Amino acid sequence: MNHSLSPETTDQALAPGERLPRSQRTEFSPEAIAEIHAIAASYPDKLAATLPALHIAQREFGFVSLDAMKAVARALSIPEAHVFGVASFYTMYQKKPVGKFHLQVCTNICCALSGGAEFLEKVCEKTGCKPGGGPSPDGLWSVEEAECLASCGSAPVMQVNADVYDENLDEARLAEIMKACERGEYREWAK
Amino acid sequence: MATFRTKPDHQRYTFEGFGSEKYPNLMLRGAGDLNNWPMATYVAKHEGYMAAKKALQMEPVAVTEEVKTSGIRGRGGAGFPAGLKWSFMPKDSSDRKFTRYVVCNGDEGEPGTFKDRAILEYNPHQLIEGMIIAGWAMQCQTGFIYIRGEFLWLIEKLEYAIQEARDAGYLGKDILGTGWDFDLIVHRGAGAYICGEETALLNSLEGRRGEPRVKPPFPAAKGAFGQPTTINNVETLAAVPAILRMGGAEYAKLGRPKNTGTRVFCLSGHVKRPGLYELPLGLPLDFIMNDLGGGSSTGRKIKAVIPGGSSAPVFSEQEFGTLMDFDSVRDAGSMAGSGGIIMLDEDTCMVQACLRLIRFYAHESCGQCTPCREGCNWMEMILHRIEHGHGRLADLELLESITPNIAGKTLCPLGDAACGPMDSMLKKFHLEFEHHITHKTCLVSGHQLLANVGGH
Repeated sequence: MNHSLSPETTDQALAPGERLPRSQRTEFSPEAIAEIHAIAASYPDKLAATLPALHIAQREFGFVSLDAMKAVARALSIPEAHVFGVASFYTMYQKKPVGKFHLQVCTNICCALSGGAEFLEKVCEKTGCKPGGGPSPDGLWSVEEAECLASCGSAPVMQVNADVYDENLDEARLAEIMKACERGEYREWAK
Repeated sequence: MATFRTKPDHQRYTFEGFGSEKYPNLMLRGAGDLNNWPMATYVAKHEGYMAAKKALQMEPVAVTEEVKTSGIRGRGGAGFPAGLKWSFMPKDSSDRKFTRYVVCNGDEGEPGTFKDRAILEYNPHQLIEGMIIAGWAMQCQTGFIYIRGEFLWLIEKLEYAIQEARDAGYLGKDILGTGWDFDLIVHRGAGAYICGEETALLNSLEGRRGEPRVKPPFPAAKGAFGQPTTINNVETLAAVPAILRMGGAEYAKLGRPKNTGTRVFCLSGHVKRPGLYELPLGLPLDFIMNDLGGGSSTGRKIKAVIPGGSSAPVFSEQEFGTLMDFDSVRDAGSMAGSGGIIMLDEDTCMVQACLRLIRFYAHESCGQCTPCREGCNWMEMILHRIEHGHGRLADLELLESITPNIAGKTLCPLGDAACGPMDSMLKKFHLEFEHHITHKTCLVSGHQLLANVGGH
């Protein structure tokens, strides 16, 4: 599993061991820090809060940048390398910015048998995005080819952000969903 | 009350005769009714928490015995007897006290499987009750419920349900006056199929990369956070209240000897009535496909069936009479796995289907063991080449030579899972692969299974 990462927010190259000045670091809000500490306290070991903290980072910052990973490491007082290793392993942590509406289309075998592959082509055509290729020029859409979402009996299926799945999809339903997104009936990414 | 799902659910949960004595409804009570999940409904309509009350009055060992008597085998894929698994947990002795954990595996991601979702959506309390009983039987301090990250709305619902159970005194300190403390923590995954493997799940639960561990030590000796742990599938744990209610011996009368009880079969693919079918184990596959599922949705003949989730080797027509229980499916050369039955009609290109599945395994391989990481990628590349008309006849032998070098040579069963479909499709549909190589096109005319969007 290799993921390309977006560069740090600052342009300046850091020497080995050099840290960004505090004022330039990406930091969690105090509420988010409190939330992370509460989660860490509920587990026998604070390391277990790495995954939940990364979910919170994604919610707070929109995606999990290198800076966000460092913020997680600081919040939990765990090694940055550990957070990087975890964040790069799991595909749900977006390492690059995504659109306001991140469309995850399943194309695994059951969906494909019901037209999931053609549906993904339609989604790409309508949004002007490529799977995993970043947001559309207007920043509204991004598309991801997802592996089985566990909705095989009602395929094809798509998940908009983290919303309840949309099932039994076709082109007409896609147009409806995209309109509903534009009308604000779906929660925006990381909101 | 908060509303958790307002979108209609398109899934089919029932069939004619479901809920009768012949086809008892133990797992899908009230499924399809979006107001079925709160505690009030569970207690009023579905005998909620009766089993937990009964269990907590019994000795923990007696509860494990009851589950052993029921003969229930793990519904996650491996089919290991759940009661036996529970009995592996070390007991406290005078000189050593253990911290024990029970973990629920809700990382449902096997292509073709969508049963755990229905339980979480409509009967979260049934799972919570199962966790309480399991926790009592093994005298655990904490239970973890690991749910795949995409199921965010189900996680919110489950957390609400857990709070309801806490408020009612079924979780927390001194449960029902027994002096036993137990609580549940929901852990959200982040999109890795491999975390469905139990030791990878434990690593993920501990906040690490989801890479399977070397076994032994088995989780019962050294599991989550280094403590004795038992991991069960959502469906297995949700079946426990039913077992306690009706008694292990009564539950064992369902199904067939050594393959007892009901399980939720997930029917998908080219089938007229896809959906979830809770059936006693041991019914013939063609009965499920045709009498319940209504046969092919396209009007064309069904040429292949994947009987137990995508990792199971495919069945072709002569095996359609197989009884759907763990042992019979194994004897027929496949595995009952997670209960996902995928039907493929005769116009489905098996090369494309195979490539799509192998691409999945190559993508989801954690990268820890070389045979799986490299082997799955090589299989994908070779199949890609065949699919795109650049195959050579020697490629088929090459593919055959790869699988024995993966299967059984990895820490976890993901490598074997990729070999199952690869081997069986190549063997049973050899002609299609050959045709692809010699004619550079599909033998059949079904629709495209691979998206042409410049990805991958």
